[in-house]
Amino acid sequence: MSKPVESLKEATIRFAGDSGDGMQLVGGEMANTSALIGNDIGVLPDFPAEIRAPAGTLPGVSGYQLHISSFDIHTPGEKYDALVAMNPAALKTNLENLKPNGILIINVGGFKDRNLKLAHYDSNPLEDGSLDKYQLFAVDMNTLTHKALEELGLSAKIVDRCKNFFALGMVFWLYNRTMDHALSLLKSKFSKKPELAEANSRALKAGSVYCEATEQFATSYEVKPAKLPRGKYRNISGNTATALGLIAASQKSGLPLFLGSYPITPASDILHELSKYKHYGVRTFQAEDEIAAICSVIGAAYSGSLAVTSTSGPGLALKGEALGLAISVELPLVVCNVQRAGPSTGMPTKTEQADLMQALYGRNGEAPLPVVAASKPADCFETAYEACRIAIKHMTPVLFLSDGYLANGAEPWPIPKAEDLPEIPVNFAKDPESFEPFLRDEDTLARPWAIPGTPGLEHRIGGIEKEAVTGNVSYDPRNHEYMTRMRAEKIEKIANDIPPTEIEGKKTGDLLLVGWGSTYGAIKTAVEHKQKEGKPVSRIHIIHLNPLPKDLGEILKSFKHVLIPEINAGQLVNVIRAKYMVPAIGFNKVQGLPFFSSEIEQKIDEILESK
Amino acid sequence: MNAETKAISPNGPTELKLTKKDFESDQEVRWCPGCGDYAILAQTQRTLPDLNIPKEKYVFVSGIGCSSRFPYYMDTYGFHTIHGRAPAIATGIKITNPDLSVWVITGDGDALSIGGNHFIHLLRRNVDINVILFNNRIYGLTKGQYSPTSEFGKVTKSTPFGSVDHPFNPVSVALGASATFVARTTDRDPAHLQKIIKRASAHKGTALIEVLQNCNIFNDGTWFKYTDKNSKAENVVYLEHGKPLVFGAEQDKGIRLNGFRPEAVSLTNGKYSEKDLLVHDEKDTDATYAFILSHMMDNPNLPIPVGVFRAIDKVCYEDAMAQQIEASKEKFGKPDLQALLEAGDTWDVE
Ligand SMILES: Cc1ncc(C[n+]2csc(CCOP(=O)(O)OP(=O)(O)O)c2C)c(N)n1
Ligand code: SF4
Repeated sequence: MSKPVESLKEATIRFAGDSGDGMQLVGGEMANTSALIGNDIGVLPDFPAEIRAPAGTLPGVSGYQLHISSFDIHTPGEKYDALVAMNPAALKTNLENLKPNGILIINVGGFKDRNLKLAHYDSNPLEDGSLDKYQLFAVDMNTLTHKALEELGLSAKIVDRCKNFFALGMVFWLYNRTMDHALSLLKSKFSKKPELAEANSRALKAGSVYCEATEQFATSYEVKPAKLPRGKYRNISGNTATALGLIAASQKSGLPLFLGSYPITPASDILHELSKYKHYGVRTFQAEDEIAAICSVIGAAYSGSLAVTSTSGPGLALKGEALGLAISVELPLVVCNVQRAGPSTGMPTKTEQADLMQALYGRNGEAPLPVVAASKPADCFETAYEACRIAIKHMTPVLFLSDGYLANGAEPWPIPKAEDLPEIPVNFAKDPESFEPFLRDEDTLARPWAIPGTPGLEHRIGGIEKEAVTGNVSYDPRNHEYMTRMRAEKIEKIANDIPPTEIEGKKTGDLLLVGWGSTYGAIKTAVEHKQKEGKPVSRIHIIHLNPLPKDLGEILKSFKHVLIPEINAGQLVNVIRAKYMVPAIGFNKVQGLPFFSSEIEQKIDEILESK
Repeated sequence: MNAETKAISPNGPTELKLTKKDFESDQEVRWCPGCGDYAILAQTQRTLPDLNIPKEKYVFVSGIGCSSRFPYYMDTYGFHTIHGRAPAIATGIKITNPDLSVWVITGDGDALSIGGNHFIHLLRRNVDINVILFNNRIYGLTKGQYSPTSEFGKVTKSTPFGSVDHPFNPVSVALGASATFVARTTDRDPAHLQKIIKRASAHKGTALIEVLQNCNIFNDGTWFKYTDKNSKAENVVYLEHGKPLVFGAEQDKGIRLNGFRPEAVSLTNGKYSEKDLLVHDEKDTDATYAFILSHMMDNPNLPIPVGVFRAIDKVCYEDAMAQQIEASKEKFGKPDLQALLEAGDTWDVE
């Protein structure tokens, strides 16, 4: 009984349910399976702030959005082609973005009176005709899952929890995915509880068989593999990529990796990930707070480790004073800030890129440091690596910016060859004859890295102003100005290593879009669309936010208009205006959500039309 | 730089033949004339040569305060950091480089006020670091505000009508944080100070030394009752492992337990003899006894204990960490970066 299979170029699917329904797990599995069969993917996990908001309520809805495609994509998609809603609250919060005539798979079992009331529905949408404009598939997953698992003799509670895999089975059938990977995942995930592996596997198969048998769907779909560049790939999230970038830098520099950290959403996974790699000599230290975390890292850097701390905005606020110390004593360390929506505790599970000012200026005194920002989940690898390289070469703390969207998002990553990664040379000071704690390298202005335990190099450092060269305590006014300028110049010199900025599109024209961080995908997609329409639009993306690339001023001045979309109220735009005196236009969204490329396209049209 | 000392290596002769001079830096010492800090510096410089540790292995880490200037005056590795955070920085140094002899220099404000959190967590973790806490019961560097060890009712610049804060007792706080080595000494008893520094250095784990220190500018004489020749004997009981708690100019008094309460008794009126007294046991793994001793300071009718309150064995943080790393290496084998990058599910695009 084979059904017609329609070939799609891309599809956007959203799984939505209660936070206890396991939507992240099955959404993630759909993403992994799709990546493994060669699709390009973009994902947006979207979870509630509460670990367990009351079941069935609107704040308790957990969503996982997935964009699969047969070509190179850069975003998790906008409007969904298919929505799975496990309960009324999930339907209510997500229906708005389902395309007209989109596929709507609903778990009827979740639509009891109580749940309808909790989601503030006056009438049952399954009965009142309000869903008529969609392809509605109302399926009682609760009952069907129970039937499928009857023989196993498991408790009703356990059986209930398997319905997410029933839903996944349906989606798998609908998009012609193989079940192999999901089945082996269940086997390893529940290796200690084989009965759960069996139950979920059965639910998964039941979902798929149900679609096959009932002729629910007139067609199924396929999304062919994307034509990505050759190579070996894996699916990777931003936080994992960051952790791997740090380990790679440790291996390539020969320095042992030390991470001092205090848990905070959405950065904690960097700590979790690195904690697994003790056999790589990685030491992870869960400190008593963020201040202790960065201080332990300063100690580790002083002692000759590749020292890293990971945090999010509120944690970076606490680290400010210690960062000043690291700048003053000129030690190499990396601070990873996975930004989230603020101010204060803000919206911890939602994304934002509003810590740029904090990163650039959030310290007392004149305290410049290099700032780099990753642009895609997989790019976290390279950018974290680059942060380590700069720190070691230039003897300075470096701020690495990521955000919740990159951290939890995932995409296929062309795995690099370890041997191709650039070496990171390290020179510890050894020779007492030529040693002075603040004698600078002529090219980089970096001071020597002299670690305790080296005979003959005994010396003292501290946050108090230092005399040039000797490092002795000094309150001499001219020396302070000299040292302040030296520290700043040292950071400026890093720009010598920044490769020329790539301009996507014409080198001059009406409109240049400037992006940084995780807006990369949305901006790129928008600009590509507009370029296809023949519009005079170009794009650059800034990885190094301090110092800025040397060619940036030239580039900005070659365009009539400059547009800077940011997930904040306008931060880079102010830096650019102040530094280059160009009337850059800010375009800002502060909703805890990434941009849709359509929003940026609209803005582009608006600017081009108004000229 | 003192290039002559570079010949000394960790594998060198056991007799390093260092002298006090080897530990004196070329920086001018800048504490107020008469400050107790001078004595602590001098006794430290005098003691280190006896520890037989190569000079380059020493790191002195301090926070902020008068006392925290200390590392500048030592010709060792030194790191003058930020207020209260020296324990955290020292932890990073020690756990990445367990070979070093790491010393934290801190004040009562630095350790117990702004740095209270790091102080207790250092002790709890039992990182092998020696902490010398200069307790002058005042903020010296900021010119005389009350500190977390100042007495209730203390009149200072910030408390003109007397402080309404209850003080911390550093030894009790340390014991509460499960410290494995806790000692108290004074700036005016050089021999005792030296002995305690040696004991702390020999201890494997975090060693806390509280030094009762005089700030002659802002809190002159705060400890004189316990440090002055004339009053010391009657007000201080020296702790020695295995010995009964006897004190007094004539060694004619002792401490006995009445229930859980310590009391001072006379050994001359025929009622009690040495047999009735508490016998000091620094090895007691139950902290109750050490707590009882630490609270003697709060009772004006009792002498204060000076010496080693507690010295017990417990695994150090950095050793446990190193063991995990070794065990992991054994279990998972050598690092292989390419294998790590390719871990999990991968696929090939042709
Ligand atoms: C973050 C911060 N807050 C406040 C200060 C000001 N400050 C410097 S030392 C100090 C108190 C020092 O007292 P204590 O630790 O007892 O040391 P002492 O000077 O008495 O040796 C204070 C409040 C500072 N340097 N940094
Ligand atoms: S203020 Fe007090 S503690 Fe500070 S140096 Fe002067 S006497 Fe010593």
